[in-house]
Amino acid sequence: MDSETITRALSRIAHEILERNKGAKELRIIGIRTRGIHIARRLADKIQELEGIKPPLGTLDITLYRDDFRRKTDWPSVQKTEIAFSVEEKNVILVDDVLYTGRTTRAAIDAIMDYGRPDFIQLAVLVDRGGHRELPIQADYVGTRVMTVRTQKVEVLIKELDGRDEVIILQLGSPNEAR
Amino acid sequence: MVFEQKHILGLEELSSDEIRLILDTAESMKEVSERDVKKVPALKGVTVVNLFFEPSTRTRASFEIAEKRLSADVLNFTPTESSVVKGETLLDTARNLEAMGASVIVIRHSMSGAPWLLARELSSSIVNAGDGFHEHPSQALLDLFTVREIKKEISGLKIVIVGDILHSRVARSNIWGFIKLGAEVRVVGPPTMIPRDIEKVDVKVHYNIENALEGVDIVMMLRLQKERQESGLFPSLREYSRFYGLTRERLGLAKADVIVMHPGPINRGVELSSEVADDMHSVILNQVSNGIAVRMAMLYLVASGGGSG
Amino acid sequence: MKILIKDGQLIDPSQEINEVRNLLLSDGKINGYPSDTKELEMDSSVQVIDASGKVVSPGFIDLHVHLREPGFEHKETIRTGCLAAAAGGFTSVVCMPNTNPVNDNASVTEYILLKARTEGVVNVFPVGAITKGQKGQALAEIGEMREAGCVAISDDGRPVMNSRVMRHAMEYAKAFELPVISHAEDLNLSSDGVMNDGFTSTILGLRGIPNASEEIIVARDITLGELTGTHLHIAHVSTAGAVRLIRDAKKRGVKVTGEATPHHFTLNDKAVLNYDTSTKVNPPIRSREDMEAIREGLKDGVLDIIATDHAPHTEDEKKVEFDLAPFGISGLETALPLALRLVEDRILTLTELIRKLTFNPAQIIIRSNRGTLKPGAPADVVIFDPNKTVKVDRDKFFSKGRNTPFHGWRLSGQILYTIVGGEIVFSA
Repeated sequence: MDSETITRALSRIAHEILERNKGAKELRIIGIRTRGIHIARRLADKIQELEGIKPPLGTLDITLYRDDFRRKTDWPSVQKTEIAFSVEEKNVILVDDVLYTGRTTRAAIDAIMDYGRPDFIQLAVLVDRGGHRELPIQADYVGTRVMTVRTQKVEVLIKELDGRDEVIILQLGSPNEAR
Repeated sequence: MVFEQKHILGLEELSSDEIRLILDTAESMKEVSERDVKKVPALKGVTVVNLFFEPSTRTRASFEIAEKRLSADVLNFTPTESSVVKGETLLDTARNLEAMGASVIVIRHSMSGAPWLLARELSSSIVNAGDGFHEHPSQALLDLFTVREIKKEISGLKIVIVGDILHSRVARSNIWGFIKLGAEVRVVGPPTMIPRDIEKVDVKVHYNIENALEGVDIVMMLRLQKERQESGLFPSLREYSRFYGLTRERLGLAKADVIVMHPGPINRGVELSSEVADDMHSVILNQVSNGIAVRMAMLYLVASGGGSG
Repeated sequence: MKILIKDGQLIDPSQEINEVRNLLLSDGKINGYPSDTKELEMDSSVQVIDASGKVVSPGFIDLHVHLREPGFEHKETIRTGCLAAAAGGFTSVVCMPNTNPVNDNASVTEYILLKARTEGVVNVFPVGAITKGQKGQALAEIGEMREAGCVAISDDGRPVMNSRVMRHAMEYAKAFELPVISHAEDLNLSSDGVMNDGFTSTILGLRGIPNASEEIIVARDITLGELTGTHLHIAHVSTAGAVRLIRDAKKRGVKVTGEATPHHFTLNDKAVLNYDTSTKVNPPIRSREDMEAIREGLKDGVLDIIATDHAPHTEDEKKVEFDLAPFGISGLETALPLALRLVEDRILTLTELIRKLTFNPAQIIIRSNRGTLKPGAPADVVIFDPNKTVKVDRDKFFSKGRNTPFHGWRLSGQILYTIVGGEIVFSA
């Protein structure tokens, strides 16, 4: 995916979100650290452009909810979660860059539930890596679907962090490096 | 940055980066404490023992809440006088707890160095909740956290610690912490309560409180243990409070936005005049809630950090 | 039974000998220095030890050990303490009276000597208590203890705080020509201190024992020594100030001698930094400056002898909170290699070192013909290799006390043979 296809995909997802949730009024958008935050912000901007309402935007760090606590390898430090609004009876759109095993999403759902009881939680991802799901989780909005093997890695580059927008698939040297 | 320490025994052992990582992590933990559901599953399945050989309602309660907010299984073990009389050694007690599955032991002990003994002999992670006159890292970390929250930056601040430095683990930990984060540290108290050679750690020693308060950003008052009078370190509470008590008048010598801190419980009218005690109430309460966040960060980092598991 | 020690570097400070010489032992005595050994080597009743490249010297004498028996046999017995001494090259030990019961009367002295004769492998010389029960009040029966075999009196471990009692003890001891060994410590000033008072104790939050605690009593006892004329021996000197006081007193002609321990001339109080209880000892390991002053005192002769203050404790007793651990280091089996560092550091020559381990202690306390290789003297001999590297392993100690801060250290100096009264009691 290049910059143009990414922008087009996000624009389509914004339309789909508005259609399904009947407007932007009850929407709360929460990006999962790190790259999901930037994708979430772009979606919020697009929704504002389309509807004239900017849905409240939050960021979520799922480190404290991970299930591989005692299998740590390169353990990330805990970052701040900032959700400055109530999720009670709202339509929460969780945003991440890649959906792969589903474990991050599980952790994120658990985290959101600790903030209250939303009416809906929906999942938007830029890339859905099929075939490797470890939990019964699926995305509601998908930028693109790719079929990969475990020895490959999907990398999402974001202008805000990496200087350009691109999705690339890397072949890893050894299967052990696969995440 | 990954936290490489298996234990948190004191601030002397921690680098400034490690101290900052604990404070940064505590900020995330503070956010958890502000939610409706004040709990995360991070330490699910981890057994934490609070082994308190000294009565301490506040520190123990704060650790316990921190552990529960991280979903750890908590066991409080408060050895009574009788079990000490029965002759069980510290090491045997701790080994028993470890055999029950404890992987983190939070220890409070009246003797300096007791946590070191456990760290050397056991495989659990050891968190020092105060040992003798040596260190009280969680208290100092929460003091640093509170100051950072109010002043944004610790480097360049001037802090004075007032009172019985000799017998204070809070003072020792804070001295290390504030120096490592770039503050200028002064201590003031009767010479009988200033430890030997303390100036060698880059601390300025004063015996006169007025001089010591000049231009400081933070005043940290230590609790005066009344039994020190019996061992002849000062003549009377009256004289102590006359020469070393903090009054509004004396506080006027410090910067206008000075913060007054006290690890509690306060002896009103001894180390602090009542009016000063009332003025500073908000900071003290702030310190209590920050204490939980800091202790969550400490527990989380040692449980996920180097060598444990 | 004869032993011929061939081709060793014979060092006997009592006769100023330092050369390659043969040494013949017979009937438990030093026989002489035969230059022609052919006939002896043919004789099957002569045991021949090849000591070429090794040092042969009088057996070491330790003026300061705690054998713990009677009363504390779980820490050490006269048997295990003597075995440890032999392994350390010591052929004579002087044992302190803080046993249970305290060695404050002739019957305890006799018990110790009986045990030493039947179970010990080195010569044991008991020290009697100054006061009954070491309580610091009533004088013990010093005369009877002398008759029973005590070689000195001491308040080691529980110092006499009352100056009047100390004065009378020193006066009284004169009648029996007994030296007084002083454990110099002002107990009020030490209070409940557990280590040296200084920067390290400040960092560790441990209660400190100030140098003044030792120096005040050294000054007092020197003053009482001047008053009474009794020979005063200051045990385990640990501070620069104490060295200075003894130096000045010696200059004035006071009959005072001083001793230094390997741990005090090897370590400084930074060794305590990880709360290692094997470094907890009384007097405490002091600052670097104090350590240098002890070395200087050894060099200029203010400190006459090296003694170990061997104080064994069990591992369980030491594996506790620092405040609760008993004071003491198990020192007999590491003494020589630590002392040889003084030679390496050019503080002492090898001859001077051996003098402080043999002839000087014999002169100061035992006052018999030990500590020498003169023909006719008891055949107490040690053979060692000063250059062989050894790794200290407390688990291989003969002593029951494994409480050493030197575990794992690589040091030079290995004891090869220890011979007491013509009998080999230790060989490597």
